[in-house]
Amino acid sequence: MSPTFTRPESLTDTRTHYCGGCGHGVAHRLVAEVIDQLGVRERTVGVAPVGCAVLAYDYFRFDVTEAAHGRTPAVATGIKRVLPDRVVFTYQGDGDLAAIGTAEIIHAANRGEAITVIFINNGIYGMTQGQMAPTTLVGQKTTTTPRGRDVRNEGHPIRVCELLNALEAPLYLERVALSSPRNVRRARKAILNGFRAQIEHNGFALIELLSACPTYWRMSPAACMKRIEEEMVPIFPVGIIRDRVGLEA
Amino acid sequence: MEERLIIAGFGGQGILFCGKVWADIMTQQGHQVTYIPSYGAEVRGGTCNCHVIVSEEEIASPVVEAATSLIIMNQPSLDRFAGKLLPDGLIVANASMADAEPVAGRAKVLAPPATDIANELGNVRVANAVMMGVYNAAKHAADPAELESHFAQALGSRKADLVAVNVEALRRGREWFLARA
Amino acid sequence: MADRRRVLMSGNDATGEGAIRARVKAYYGYPITPQNELPAYMAEHLPEAGGVFIQAESELAAINMVFGSAVAGARAMTSSSSPGISLKQEGISYMAGCELPGVIVNVQRGGPGLGNIAPAQGDYWQATRGGGHGDYRTPVLAPHCVQECFDLMPVAFDIADRYRTPVVILTDGRLGQMMEPVELRDFQPAADLPPKDWVLDGCKGREPRRILSLLLIETELEALNDRLQARYAEITRNEVRFETLNTDGADLWLVAYGSCARICKEVVRRAKGEGLQIGLLRPITLWPFPAAPVRQAAERGVSFLVVEMSAGQMVEDVQLAVAGKARVEFYGRTGGIVPSATEVLARAREMVADRRGGETQRR
Repeated sequence: MSPTFTRPESLTDTRTHYCGGCGHGVAHRLVAEVIDQLGVRERTVGVAPVGCAVLAYDYFRFDVTEAAHGRTPAVATGIKRVLPDRVVFTYQGDGDLAAIGTAEIIHAANRGEAITVIFINNGIYGMTQGQMAPTTLVGQKTTTTPRGRDVRNEGHPIRVCELLNALEAPLYLERVALSSPRNVRRARKAILNGFRAQIEHNGFALIELLSACPTYWRMSPAACMKRIEEEMVPIFPVGIIRDRVGLEA
Repeated sequence: MEERLIIAGFGGQGILFCGKVWADIMTQQGHQVTYIPSYGAEVRGGTCNCHVIVSEEEIASPVVEAATSLIIMNQPSLDRFAGKLLPDGLIVANASMADAEPVAGRAKVLAPPATDIANELGNVRVANAVMMGVYNAAKHAADPAELESHFAQALGSRKADLVAVNVEALRRGREWFLARA
Repeated sequence: MADRRRVLMSGNDATGEGAIRARVKAYYGYPITPQNELPAYMAEHLPEAGGVFIQAESELAAINMVFGSAVAGARAMTSSSSPGISLKQEGISYMAGCELPGVIVNVQRGGPGLGNIAPAQGDYWQATRGGGHGDYRTPVLAPHCVQECFDLMPVAFDIADRYRTPVVILTDGRLGQMMEPVELRDFQPAADLPPKDWVLDGCKGREPRRILSLLLIETELEALNDRLQARYAEITRNEVRFETLNTDGADLWLVAYGSCARICKEVVRRAKGEGLQIGLLRPITLWPFPAAPVRQAAERGVSFLVVEMSAGQMVEDVQLAVAGKARVEFYGRTGGIVPSATEVLARAREMVADRRGGETQRR
């Protein structure tokens, strides 16, 4: 009887360092499955962020470069412009993309760079041990918001998909939640659409994945799933925000 | 007489917590103290150790090159640090996860089954407290009540519900030591 | 915190407490290991003390927030670690050119590039040679124990205000995370700081002021540079700080700062135990560098072993001070590795035994 569930070609055998219940493991797998499905592993170049996924080059079986914190879309631009037939994607956390990298993501999106951005939104800084992220929820306690995020000092969480939706060029923007089997299946489809936007339509796509961080949310993975659906989704609505070229059809 | 202690285990075993509590007790007793942590970049599961030096003189380097005592939580830590122990030094090794027999010839070995005791108490994470109970009993360095109150204070209000089991673990460690002697 | 107490603290926390007691008004920072305890400490305690805390969107934004608060006349600071400090260089140059006070804490880590989170001293050149573009310097203070992390903060802010200059505190990941007892105390404000008659706080009742560093007319920019150079000369005359240990009668001096100085203190102690008289010169100000004691010792025939967690940066300042009159050697480790007392002592013993003269040797 042949195996029906195997490791994707695009993932290495390396055991990841991610905490139990972290969304990165699922997200890496979905990206790898999509790259396998599209048959593009050998012409894919990934750009890894500074954040918990800084070691992504150990987990993906294709070329991956590190970028300086936040500069990930600029590095991806540099690669794609000189190697336009490669599949170039970035994999970024909420600090990398929405804090220090806000200029880079807006301008890469605005130029319509033909890259796919995988944006992991877990509302916290994991690698540096639990500070506020731009997507941290109001009232949420972190090491730099010990009394809870206060809009008067820290502002509101940033909705990246909606922000980029104000630009002309992006082709595909979708937000998904890694909170249940059904939602994970939808996330896979979203990521597929995101890569197809680049490969078939030569345009910019961003997929935002609401993801768990059990360690710094200080709750069990099961409680994290609940928190994503009950607390994050009301602030970060899931769904297709933009589909310019009918990828969903 | 300088005490140069290394506490080692894997991340998540409360290694640094114990080192900090011990350094704090020694500070409040008025000694010169240094504490340095060392860990891998992984938040959980990587190796972890800390060095605590207690002295009456100003402490120059905070790095323990030759330890007077080791508190060892697991086998990889034992393998890594046993060679740093001075002859006739003290090693408190968690018998549930490390075999200190090979070192017995040249060191004073205490081998409480700390993880097993912690599991009996219903919380595997208090193995570190069992170990500290043993160490303190062996060293007579602090009043047991002082150790308990520092643990409680360090756990803080967020983990107030864990104070009781930690205090029990400290006591079980002390009892284990006294029963041996 | 009570007025006077002995508390176990980390270097990062002591830096924060020192800044608060030095009456810092604003802290702007961004997470990066190994200094995260410092912004967390400020987030917890600075608002209680009536100050402003912001976790900025980046290190670049943070230094520009410091610039803004300095323009407005407030004591402001930021902190980061090596890669983040690189981002701040433009802002620091602007602060120097605009003659603005402020404090920047660099808790050094392994580099170059993303490097690692272990301690290093690879940013010495960046800190002491300006670091950003243009002809400027920033005073640099280097604590070597947690008590100094606390005690040097009012010194930093006073130097910044007295001379209208950004000041760098250079520590490292070992010192930032290490915990030692600290004697906490209140700091008396310095009585003789010049009034801040240049701040922009609204021109009601006075002529409008401006703060700028764009000086298109060459002679005007030259005049600014002359003024800055004169100020740097004054700082060099007045603000050098260093510590010596066992240097009387020692023919070999170790030169080290920060965590390396702790290792070297251990080396001095062990060497004494072997009957070897080795001294230690510990610069506390890295700029201005304590060139005078080095030069005087060189003229008396002392040799130097410079010990750093780098490929050799401060060693060049020792060579400059020695001006070829003495033997200068270097021992260092890179990669975030802290040299052990054993390996430094071995190198020192070799130097004492060795009768070769003259050339500087690298590890």
